[in-house]
Amino acid sequence: MSTVITATINGRTFKGEVEDNELLIDFLRDDLGLNGTRQSCEVEVCGSCTVLVDGLPVSSCCYLACDLDGKVVETIEGLVGTAFHEVLGDAFVRHGAVQCGYCTPAMVLTAKSFLDDERLADEESLKRAMRGNLCRCTGYRAILDALMDVMGSERAAEAGSGR
Amino acid sequence: MKLPPFEVHRPSSLYDASRLLRDLGGDGVPINGGTELLLAMKLGLAQYDHLVDLKRVPELRGVRPISTSVSIGAGMTHRELEGSPVIAEAVGEMPRMLAEVANVRVRSVGTIGGNLCFADPHSDPATFLSAVEATLVLGDGSTSRRVPVDQFFLGAYETVLEHGELLVEVTVPAVPVGTGIAHMRMKVHERPAVTVAAKVTLERDTIVRARLVVGSVCGAPVLPQAIDKLIGASRGTWSERVREVAAASAAAVAPVADAEGSSRYKQALVEVFVRRALDAALANASGFTR
Ligand SMILES: Cc1cc2nc3c(=O)[nH]c(=O)nc-3n(C[C@H](O)[C@H](O)[C@H](O)COP(=O)(O)OP(=O)(O)OC[C@H]3O[C@@H](n4cnc5c(N)ncnc54)[C@H](O)[C@@H]3O)c2cc1C
Ligand code: FES
Ligand code: FES
Repeated sequence: MSTVITATINGRTFKGEVEDNELLIDFLRDDLGLNGTRQSCEVEVCGSCTVLVDGLPVSSCCYLACDLDGKVVETIEGLVGTAFHEVLGDAFVRHGAVQCGYCTPAMVLTAKSFLDDERLADEESLKRAMRGNLCRCTGYRAILDALMDVMGSERAAEAGSGR
Repeated sequence: MKLPPFEVHRPSSLYDASRLLRDLGGDGVPINGGTELLLAMKLGLAQYDHLVDLKRVPELRGVRPISTSVSIGAGMTHRELEGSPVIAEAVGEMPRMLAEVANVRVRSVGTIGGNLCFADPHSDPATFLSAVEATLVLGDGSTSRRVPVDQFFLGAYETVLEHGELLVEVTVPAVPVGTGIAHMRMKVHERPAVTVAAKVTLERDTIVRARLVVGSVCGAPVLPQAIDKLIGASRGTWSERVREVAAASAAAVAPVADAEGSSRYKQALVEVFVRRALDAALANASGFTR
């Protein structure tokens, strides 16, 4: 069985048919060639497969592509060239927050979803917000430092909303 | 991992969703966020030819204050409820409890109804809602019945829901002045290894009502009888009694050993978390009496 959906993916309109049982991760990677979204645990634990749907992070490994009808999707590819990408990318490089890079798209997208949340002023609340995104390389310190550097700063807020 | 083939149906009323499920019989299953169901299907633990999507059923949406309680649509996501001012006002501990569930991705998509109906033994809302004496409204669009949360679970992954019957809303009583609530939990992996929720009511510095729920260690939440030892205790004596209740509760539960720990380990957790939850609930209750 299949369903016709219309969705905005990285700013472009997609209209077409998807199989009812197709997972969002396979739709993005196999049908659209958007390989920036990674897959690891496949059970909603590691966070590698994070994309934003209507601004909220979801695990694309357990989300149906047909549920995208009428929704706005952002993947890491959609951030390339935006001011947000530049600011956060800059901080990640400065703090050494990227090693193998497998977790990076998810870390960046999750952070983006929290950018406007003023409850994240301190490191403890940032840690809670980022919980459930696993990184096998950095030990998290560098990632938290990079995020603390830009989160809540006026620069990041401007870059986040004015992209 | 791929999903087996199935067809998704999208009814737009409670009545239609229930009728569809009844017509489909054992081949159909409701789905909301799918964070549990799709996982189970991926892992080959469940298989259905028809998924009845509840996301367009308006009866399952919304948060409404009704006199001294809050009515929460079963299709509301954890994330939506975490930020609800109506819930924060009536049951201050609830948003904090919800913010601890899973990770932000599961909370963005997963619903309160999906959590309860899946009846995974490791559940924060099941424990919390039993302690605060919430009631569930089950219905099919033409008839409905009300079931207290602590009577909803028959065991692990088993509830009193009939085929085609849906969880429509969760009614949570507002916490009155003089009553304190606390929810404590600990996780080893992703889901809680232990959850303990308590509700105590004070009158002139004496405990007049107390309710205790231990969750996530057995098939379904349990309500240890030992909590009755707290009734009548006053400020000077209650910390001693809390310790007794904690020890007796741990002795009374028979935890299921699983990936979160052995039965004995969980018993030890229960003792510690009962103590913490009761201490916190008493502190919260005292705060309101001043
Ligand atoms: C990685 C991970 C970590 C988690 N951690 C926690 C945790 O720390 N604490 C915790 O409490 N929970 C935890 N959970 C469980 C989480 O809360 C649930 O996955 C979520 O709330 C389920 O909601 P859903 O809408 O996605 O359910 P679905 O997957 O859509 O449905 C689940 C089940 O309920 C049935 N159903 C759904 N809605 C209704 C309804 N209205 N009426 C009748 N039947 C219905 C479906 O048929 C299905 O059988 C975790 C889950 C995951 C995947
Ligand atoms: S691959 Fe989806 S959360 Fe790990
Ligand atoms: S940088 Fe390698 S997993 Fe995070």
